[in-house]
Amino acid sequence: MRHFLDFEKPIAALEGKVEELRHMSSDGSINIADEIGKLQTRIDRELKQTYEKLGPWEKVQVARHPERPRVSAIIGQLFEDFTPLAGDRNYAEDYAVIGGMARFRGQAVMVMGTEKGSSTEERIKRNFGMARPEGYRKASRLMELAGRFGLPVLSFVDTAGAYPGRGAEERGQAEAIATAIRACLRLPTPMVASIIGEGGSGGAIALATGNRVVMFEHAIYSVISPEGCASILWRSSDHAKEAAEALRITSDHMKELGVIDAIVPEPLGGAHRDQTAAIASLGDACFAQLRDLQDMDRDALIADRADKYLAMGDGGG
Amino acid sequence: MNWITNAVLPKIKALVTANDVPDNLWIKCKACGQMIFHREFEQANNCCSTCGHHAPLPPEARFAMIFDDASFETVELAAIDDDPLKFRDSRRYADRLKDSRSKTGVKDAIAVAHGLIGGRKAVIAAFDFRFMGGSMGRMVGNGIIAAAEAAVAHDAALITIPSTGGARMQEGVLSLMQLPRTILAVEKVRAAGLPHIVLLAHPTTGGVTASFAMLGDLQIAEPGAIIGFAGRRVIEETVREKLPDDFQTAEYLQDHGMVDAVIPRAEQPSYIGRILGFLMDQREATRAA
Repeated sequence: MRHFLDFEKPIAALEGKVEELRHMSSDGSINIADEIGKLQTRIDRELKQTYEKLGPWEKVQVARHPERPRVSAIIGQLFEDFTPLAGDRNYAEDYAVIGGMARFRGQAVMVMGTEKGSSTEERIKRNFGMARPEGYRKASRLMELAGRFGLPVLSFVDTAGAYPGRGAEERGQAEAIATAIRACLRLPTPMVASIIGEGGSGGAIALATGNRVVMFEHAIYSVISPEGCASILWRSSDHAKEAAEALRITSDHMKELGVIDAIVPEPLGGAHRDQTAAIASLGDACFAQLRDLQDMDRDALIADRADKYLAMGDGGG
Repeated sequence: MNWITNAVLPKIKALVTANDVPDNLWIKCKACGQMIFHREFEQANNCCSTCGHHAPLPPEARFAMIFDDASFETVELAAIDDDPLKFRDSRRYADRLKDSRSKTGVKDAIAVAHGLIGGRKAVIAAFDFRFMGGSMGRMVGNGIIAAAEAAVAHDAALITIPSTGGARMQEGVLSLMQLPRTILAVEKVRAAGLPHIVLLAHPTTGGVTASFAMLGDLQIAEPGAIIGFAGRRVIEETVREKLPDDFQTAEYLQDHGMVDAVIPRAEQPSYIGRILGFLMDQREATRAA
């Protein structure tokens, strides 16, 4: 059963009709195929019209769609010989952060990302993609390892943010994030980060301070969740829609502000309607960015990254 | 970004209000309620003589307190495009900035100065909590970068003094980008072989803690300061767990290994001077040879 968002209701109704007709087609009537074809055309048109002009608040819902491509699906489709690595060597393994070595189109790389999980059981295990300090410390460890052995780093971010919990605070959540950002900045190899769903604040930038950053068309990237911003500035999370607009969290604004380098187009009706096609486009985008960086040496890569972020002091890019 | 908690916000508001009334000759301590004569309060650098509570201290007063002979030179920050997002909630960000500027007489939530501490060269970047809750946008990022560059240029130590609710939401993702930016700034200081001391003042929360503010060579904190990434209220709502009363205080952080020492204002100049001696003597000896 497909999960429909509120603004997808008309599409859901049409798809329901198609389902009904499919069940009737066993009667052998010929007109039904025609009818389904017509409905499918209408569905496609409806999807195109809806998704072409998604507002920021609708994009928030698409970005949080339960069937959005997850990091594990991306690793599964785009990488070979994925060899997961675990633990921060201090306290625990954080299942919210997946990482390890793999081959990307033949090249040895380090891949990592925040994983929200797909089933209820997995979501709980992954803490809904909200990492604790151990997750960020593991990411730092993997980046340091990648740097010493010349592996480019590919990261995929989909998180509401770092986990707000007592233990996380006591074990230095802030320090762990700051150190992960620093590990990105110190990395002597190319780093390409992808914002694939939610790019939630410090928990996102910890894994996304790359030389190049790409973003799915309907993903969001923000300093605070629209709900959080609304509850502070509007004094009620009911104003999340307004906050989503004011915060400029969509990929077109990210590109304008110079925060990302490329927008990865999503299939008709969003990445959740055709994960395989969406992930394939993402793979091409990452490969193109990585190829641009391949001739840069260690110092050039570090300087390139520093210049990129230092420039974000006056109106963006 | 996790913001100021409900528990902290009323206290902060009360403090800001108190500072807005310069005619008031008596100041009521927010912690113990004791009335303190304003001159006595100022002489104690906004500390309560009865309970020792550390009230917010604006950058100028911090500079005068910490630098030798209260002598320092401020570093001017260049103006920038104020409102790249054209942000508005109930009011326009541009108007909020204008208001904060006329109310405080400063341009943004940071000030930078250089001088001597215990005879050693130092640059201080201090947050101004009166200005939009000390929130970090691009201008604050520029302040940290200017301070780091001044430290390298003067061969001086860098002291950062955050006092902030977190990132400035009105600058959206660009304020998030100040996390890597300010880390790059302190990396320059490290690369030059100079020390970076962080003095955490009340409150230091949200995104700022996840950047340069946790990456000092030494981390010191003011007594009672609330320091944390996620706010108390957010955590309580998420985990539905009773948190200890002293959760996220400077002393609690010290118990959990996050700060080297909790140092009251009266001892800060001598303490920082002594640290700079330990960390910079060798450098000076090498240069003299």
